[in-house]
Amino acid sequence: MTTEVGSDSDVKKDEEKTPGDQQQTDKPAEPPQEKSASIEAESGQEACVSSPPAAGGQKKEKTISRFLPPWLKRQKSQSQDKPSESSAPEQESVELKEEQTDGGGAEQTEEKKEEETEEKSVGSADTQPVREEKEDESELKEEEAVIPHEASVLSGLKLNKKMKMVVCHVTLLDGSLFSCELEKRAKGQYLFFQVCEHLNLLEKDYFGLSFKDNTEQRCWLDPNKEIKRQIRNSQWQFTFSVKFYPLDPSQLTEDITRYLLCLQLRQDIALGRLPCSFVTHALLGSYTLQAELGDHDPDEHRLDYISDFQFAPNQTKELEEKVVELQKSHRGMTPAQSDAQFLENAKKLSMYGVDLHHAKDSDGVDIMLGVCANGLLIYKDRLRINRFAWPKILKISYKRSNFYIKIRPGEAEQFESTVGFKLPNHRAAKRVWKVCVEHHTFFRLVSPEQSTKTKFLTLGSKFRYSGRTQAQTRQASSLIDRPTPYFQRTSSKRLSRSLDGAPVVSVSDYSQAAGAGENGPPLELNSDSKSPQVEVVQEPDADAATSISSETAFETDGAGAPERKSKLRVQGENIYVRHSNLMLEDLDKTQEDVLKHQASISELKRSFMEATPEPRPSQWDKRLTGSPATTLRMQTQGVPQETPPRPETDSRDASKSAEVKPEVNGQPEVVEVVEETVVIEEVIKPRSPAPEASVPVETECAAEVKEERSLSSDSDSEEEAEYHAQPPSTSISIQQIKEEPEEEQEAELTQAPPSVIESQPITEAVEPALSAEEEKPAEPHEDEHTDDREPMATPDEGPNGHALHAEAPPTAEEEEPHIVNGSSSRVEAEHLPQVICCLEPPVVKTEMVTISDTFAAQKTEISTKEVPIVHTETKTITYEAAQLDGNGDGEPGVLMTAQTITSESLCTTTTTHITKTLKGGLSETRIEKRIVITGDSDIDHDQALAQAIKEAKEQHPDMSVTRVVVHKETELAEDKD
Amino acid sequence: MANIYPYGCFTHAVVRGIPESFGKLAEGGEGLQTDLAKAQRQMGVLTGALRQKVGLQLIEIPAVTELPESWRIEDVAVIQGDTALITRPLKQQRRTEAEAVRRVLSELKLTVLEMGDEEGRSAGATLEGSDVLFTGKEFFVGISKHTNHRGAEVLADTFKDFAVSTVPVCGGSRLKNICSMGGPDTIIISSSDGAKKTLRMMEQLTDHHYEILSVPEDVAANCVYIRGPAKVDFLLHPTAEECPNSVPAFQRLTDYTLLPTACSEASKLGAALSSLCLLINKKPNY
Repeated sequence: MTTEVGSDSDVKKDEEKTPGDQQQTDKPAEPPQEKSASIEAESGQEACVSSPPAAGGQKKEKTISRFLPPWLKRQKSQSQDKPSESSAPEQESVELKEEQTDGGGAEQTEEKKEEETEEKSVGSADTQPVREEKEDESELKEEEAVIPHEASVLSGLKLNKKMKMVVCHVTLLDGSLFSCELEKRAKGQYLFFQVCEHLNLLEKDYFGLSFKDNTEQRCWLDPNKEIKRQIRNSQWQFTFSVKFYPLDPSQLTEDITRYLLCLQLRQDIALGRLPCSFVTHALLGSYTLQAELGDHDPDEHRLDYISDFQFAPNQTKELEEKVVELQKSHRGMTPAQSDAQFLENAKKLSMYGVDLHHAKDSDGVDIMLGVCANGLLIYKDRLRINRFAWPKILKISYKRSNFYIKIRPGEAEQFESTVGFKLPNHRAAKRVWKVCVEHHTFFRLVSPEQSTKTKFLTLGSKFRYSGRTQAQTRQASSLIDRPTPYFQRTSSKRLSRSLDGAPVVSVSDYSQAAGAGENGPPLELNSDSKSPQVEVVQEPDADAATSISSETAFETDGAGAPERKSKLRVQGENIYVRHSNLMLEDLDKTQEDVLKHQASISELKRSFMEATPEPRPSQWDKRLTGSPATTLRMQTQGVPQETPPRPETDSRDASKSAEVKPEVNGQPEVVEVVEETVVIEEVIKPRSPAPEASVPVETECAAEVKEERSLSSDSDSEEEAEYHAQPPSTSISIQQIKEEPEEEQEAELTQAPPSVIESQPITEAVEPALSAEEEKPAEPHEDEHTDDREPMATPDEGPNGHALHAEAPPTAEEEEPHIVNGSSSRVEAEHLPQVICCLEPPVVKTEMVTISDTFAAQKTEISTKEVPIVHTETKTITYEAAQLDGNGDGEPGVLMTAQTITSESLCTTTTTHITKTLKGGLSETRIEKRIVITGDSDIDHDQALAQAIKEAKEQHPDMSVTRVVVHKETELAEDKD
Repeated sequence: MANIYPYGCFTHAVVRGIPESFGKLAEGGEGLQTDLAKAQRQMGVLTGALRQKVGLQLIEIPAVTELPESWRIEDVAVIQGDTALITRPLKQQRRTEAEAVRRVLSELKLTVLEMGDEEGRSAGATLEGSDVLFTGKEFFVGISKHTNHRGAEVLADTFKDFAVSTVPVCGGSRLKNICSMGGPDTIIISSSDGAKKTLRMMEQLTDHHYEILSVPEDVAANCVYIRGPAKVDFLLHPTAEECPNSVPAFQRLTDYTLLPTACSEASKLGAALSSLCLLINKKPNY
């Protein structure tokens, strides 16, 4: 059906119109035509029944016959497309055919006209994709106009009950095929949701559907556009796959999401898309095996069927043996734990999440463009020859088959430079451009750019990623409140081999979940069978939003055992219960914003629910009230888990929900892929945050948010588009800006956890206002005209000398004294560098050396055969952030609540003190976490600490870490080979 | 990656003795004026420090007079985790140096890989270990007189888990002459203009963040960082005589045990501390 249909009233009008009129409309609108045709047909039928055709009847026939051919034509094509067409129309068509044969001379005369109509209708119906594509590219309509159009089409269709259905096939990650019937003009989103629902997947934003275009290139299905328009003449066959590889898979909420990511990575590895060394193939393979088959059983002859698994592109016997050998060391690991380990290792691979595209540089040398979470990588063969981090990129554009990035000038440079790449063809250029736009938005921005709603005609591709960003999806998935879904690891049908080998049937549904705790002792699976638990519903709507209890990985169910005993068990069914929100209750009457907070949370939650096409609303309702379970995690902590309801949190949540709503409810901004030549940009600088964030903002920052809008003028070229890689702060509310530094840091540093340890807390500590300010310089005041985009292409192969940090908005971290430079006043280390002179002669009698350093002393003993001496060293390091907000300690507040929560896991014990004080009208929540990391030398304490800090940050993204005290008690045993 | 651990954990070191022919070039002829005895003494200091201070297992391959440059053992192999890539030095004469090294590495149960045939994919590839900076997270390969793109590609094919970035070597003849690791996330680099240029490129190419310890003298930029078995940070660096202005920089490294180790004779031949040893970690989880 065409999008030309205006509205229902239009349809009626059309019905009233004489057929001739309709023929004159140069783009006959299908649904009305169909409708009127069938109406006429009915009347014609009557005429037929009253056998002697009167003159009036004759006239009618005439009018009918005018309509017939196109209509018949359509009917035919329809029935070809979709055999399951309702029978009524078919009958009609049969009768009409009879009439047609009876038609006589009158019909003959109509013949030519009919042909005309036919042509037209063919033009409008069958070549629809083509025309719509054109529409896409010329894009002369205003965006706003498009939505009503489509809506009316839908309603028109409903009226007719003549939806054309089409069967499409989706290949899932486990290789199975999912088929479903779709209305022919369904949008990508609809199919995607169907698939996600089939998979029982909630954290779906990392995934996407793709199809092969006629050149066998993979294209992502745009959720906001009709499928038919996108696939053109290709088959209705799609592949479900990971679109955005999460930087830290351990942050995913659900095991099922991790499982799907594993499946994708296994595929990537097997196909050689993700290169790894032999050792890595073996290690990853061993986790796969453990996840799929469970503990190694020496009686089984695993090697016999192990070759069913593909661990590497070219698998050798040697590899298989190594896999089995390594797998023995994973004894006791649950499938979920194995998956988590798999991901922990896979994510460190240098090509993890890099989407490669063939291209040539300006000299015609073959290179690869790799789009990833952090930016754009340039490879020549396997070597990385350049890299452009998102903060360095000002603009991404394409023109014909060229792809350009405009680079922020480096310290030494004055002007922006543009680097151009030559893609094989126009579509490839557009594809890489789109992937860049999407990755930039998903990983770097906090919320998708608002569509440029302008009063003027807008040209150029307005394609923008309109799904959730990583930040949003994390936020949303923290609200996932359901029992861990049961899913089957297909290749093995491994339900849940319990750790001791005996399948625990009763738990099987949830056993996958039980694996969540990475460090969880194996026994948990049986013992905790967390399912049957009942708690009392107290505050169904209150807490979910921010109460992300500490990371799954850290909480193993076994640890919380004592608390759990109190839980009731009811027929093995899960009734989930929300923990009371003590603090919120306390504050209920005293503070308005708590109410707002709650309201916003429930709002958020609702929008989250709405976002997922849950076919069983009753289920959701149940979950809603009976509440769920992030609680699973909280339960492990036993004590009512509290959310810090401090003002910032509230406003943040509120604004968050405000933003989420538009996308979720709905019609995510219409995305058009159109190309343009001229872009005139206007920078509007509202003093206040983006309009939608009309929620009370109670933060202290009054940072200015620039909103950039691009207004474009007409164009005749249709071969290019551009995208301004806006710094994250644009068009988002202040709260979001606040979050950004963290986000950015993550992007830059996640892979270097140990080094981050020192810097992270400090970075965090910097006050939001400060960081918001810092973002500002990063925001270029852009005023660009197309002229700038003319192929200038000075693509340099080598790094063009921009210092990475120069470009990045100065992050807080950089402002902090580096440890290396030692001048830091905040690091109070006990040991100063020690110089041991050992020039000549080389032989130093170890016993003679006087070394005050216990470590060094230790070392000297290595050569001797002494009994290990246990040294204990105690070290306290304090990192403290400057208190910029003035809420220093000087001013005592009124203590409102205090709470202590303890949770334990294998190697960490987390004690959380939450105190809420009221200071001069401002409430302040102070969360003090005491994390005790215990373990032998095998545990990387630094890593664990970094992890703990990271998690604390993630749990309370809206709060800042102001102080980190590291108290290290080391027991040094002889550590020899 | 499976085998991505913070840089610096080593258990073994392989060195090769200073031959009588020290100072002569591999292709024959005299090099610079060097003091053989002093060079041997300095080598002794180094091995002593590695063995007794740092606590590494030391394997010393005897010197061979016919191989005058064989003491530059770093050039001959690139080792990461359990994998050793035997390189192909620029000078044809030096390629026989690898034999003994290959034997030792195999005995240590490393997977020893070769650069491949002289023909085909790796034809013309040259690679020397002193152009390779491994940071624990990624490789930087300096494209220099001694190492070309082909060689870097072979390296990338060998260590597939890691990003391998190529950087031009500015201000020195080999990458490791201007920079080296000074900690798990610390790069020590000369503050010369050329080195700065190389550093900027490294910074642009990396996904990671490194602390930079900038030292005024070129010679000070080559140090050997080892995190000893008891988790003590050791830094072997040139002595105050060799780099008087850089010593204060080293002393800013908190909690480090500094081990000034003279290397003046080897430096005359363009080598540095790191050139003299291959470091291996045989205890992957340590």
